[in-house]
Amino acid sequence: MKAAVIVFPGSNCDRDMAVAFERAGASVTMVWHKDTEFPNDVDIVGVPGGFSFGDYLRCGAIAAKSPISASLKAHAKRGGYVLGVCNGFQVLTETGLLPGALMRNANLKFICKPVDLKVETSRSDFTSGYNAGDVISVPVAHHDGNYSVDDETLATLRGEDRIAFTYTSNPNGSTADIAGVLSENRRVLGMMPHPERAVDVAHGGTDGVAMFRSLADGLVSA
Amino acid sequence: MKVRVDVMLKNGVLDPQGEAVRHALGSLGFDGVEGVRQGKVIELDVADGTDEATIKDMCEKLLANTVIESYAIHMD
Repeated sequence: MKAAVIVFPGSNCDRDMAVAFERAGASVTMVWHKDTEFPNDVDIVGVPGGFSFGDYLRCGAIAAKSPISASLKAHAKRGGYVLGVCNGFQVLTETGLLPGALMRNANLKFICKPVDLKVETSRSDFTSGYNAGDVISVPVAHHDGNYSVDDETLATLRGEDRIAFTYTSNPNGSTADIAGVLSENRRVLGMMPHPERAVDVAHGGTDGVAMFRSLADGLVSA
Repeated sequence: MKVRVDVMLKNGVLDPQGEAVRHALGSLGFDGVEGVRQGKVIELDVADGTDEATIKDMCEKLLANTVIESYAIHMD
């Protein structure tokens, strides 16, 4: 598996994501936001957490217009894989690669704690290492994780089995407890919780390992 | 030439910050505030003669997230 991780000014989970990919056996290239293309043959692009461009205007809005974002969209359009975590999820909604928007947490607080997630579908290379219905513990750390979609889009997401994870106890007001969603082709995943912060016993949990492992397995055979 | 763009959450989108402001007003003794919506004002200094269509394009591409926000352009 060949992975690239985008680095924006203000990204702060880029190296964590790179380590998680490397541990799963990937070769990883860090790509600066001003670059205009990814290395050849990249299977998956990681869009990391952090506070790209200081969260100015809207979280992820400026990053979504960075030079690299045009390549990100082209990569996704070609059927390439994309994992956006936290600020990365915000970037993916701002680029239009995923539906909906991330708004300020309903209780207005920055929330930083491990949360329980229910795996809603195992039908993707991100989630095939879990069973639907599994409950896993993954940390969240965000101020703007309140996932908002209109009823029609929500019905589509449900109908197409594209809700990847839900919170067992909704921390931020997200519509339908949604923590992560998949694209139509199931190759783009955006989620607020940080699976890359749950890949080592020193993290306090390893429930994120299965995601990176299943990606590595899926993308080797691809 | 100055142009002002007002960006607001669309009607029907819950505004947790506006709600918090409404509660705070109530606790200050301002009764009867039934709703508060918080938005952004963006002032642009653009070349004279810039047309509204260009400003609209800016709004659609960057200034507003039309999934959740609406915008109003004021050309003065």
